[in-house]
Amino acid sequence: MIWIFVILAMVTLAGAMAALSQRHLVHCALCLVLALGGLAGLFLQLDAQFVGLAQILVYIGAVAILIVFAILLTRGSEPTQQSALTSSWVMGVSVAVLTFGSLAAGVLASHVIPWASNPKPNVATDVAVNRIGEKLMTDYVVPLEVVALLLTAALIGAVIIAMKEEPK
Amino acid sequence: MADPWDLGLGHSLELGAWSLELSIAMTPLVCYLLLSALLFSIGLAGALTRRNAIIVLIGIELMLNAANLNFIAFWRYGEHPETLTGVMFAIFSIGVAAAEAAVGLALIIAVYRHYKTTNLDQVDSMKG
Repeated sequence: MIWIFVILAMVTLAGAMAALSQRHLVHCALCLVLALGGLAGLFLQLDAQFVGLAQILVYIGAVAILIVFAILLTRGSEPTQQSALTSSWVMGVSVAVLTFGSLAAGVLASHVIPWASNPKPNVATDVAVNRIGEKLMTDYVVPLEVVALLLTAALIGAVIIAMKEEPK
Repeated sequence: MADPWDLGLGHSLELGAWSLELSIAMTPLVCYLLLSALLFSIGLAGALTRRNAIIVLIGIELMLNAANLNFIAFWRYGEHPETLTGVMFAIFSIGVAAAEAAVGLALIIAVYRHYKTTNLDQVDSMKG
């Protein structure tokens, strides 16, 4: 089991690093697909089948395509002459390293997180998906409606923001 | 007196059994948490250092996904996985992240139309 985790973690981390370090923007989008696919595999390995497949549908199916569209619409696929990094990149990298250091120190020093914990026996997959549907329609119906409203507002807002400006 | 060959064989058998046990056992929760922290930091570094606005958005997406991985890992290793709390939170988080990506990319396209660039160092007309 741990070898599957190591392979998926390697794929995810390599995809993430490549997505943020490539110069060519289309390559960045393709490496992002790799990282998101690795994460979907990790979700499937953690017995969260519904979330893993939703990850593939939403991120690899929709968000990655949206990013490719944005890259092509803004002519980001044309290579630029100037540096890809901002002028204050040393500060940014040190902030990120500090963040990882504090997070890792907190995780490793925690007494709440057991070291050799085995996961609890899980409910069967088909039962779990049934129960997700039941819970979405009973306990979580208000958040579900709020997310529906949010998605509608985001759809309309995105269309209005990206609409052509009227010449004055 | 112990035979050195016997000792070596026993040691290697023990090592093999340990390796087998490690490969059968589930990954500890700490590994998932460290992976998630590393993914978050990579996303943060990308969002803070790159010039292009689309790459900054990709970094933000990676940070959101690291948070989702934490939700799922804590749910799976928690005391009551049958309540499905972490799964619900991750589903709603994916929905909100999709809305965020749509609005963010629309903003980038609007900024590009106005400034003719997506370079964040040149979009500075509100800089004091």
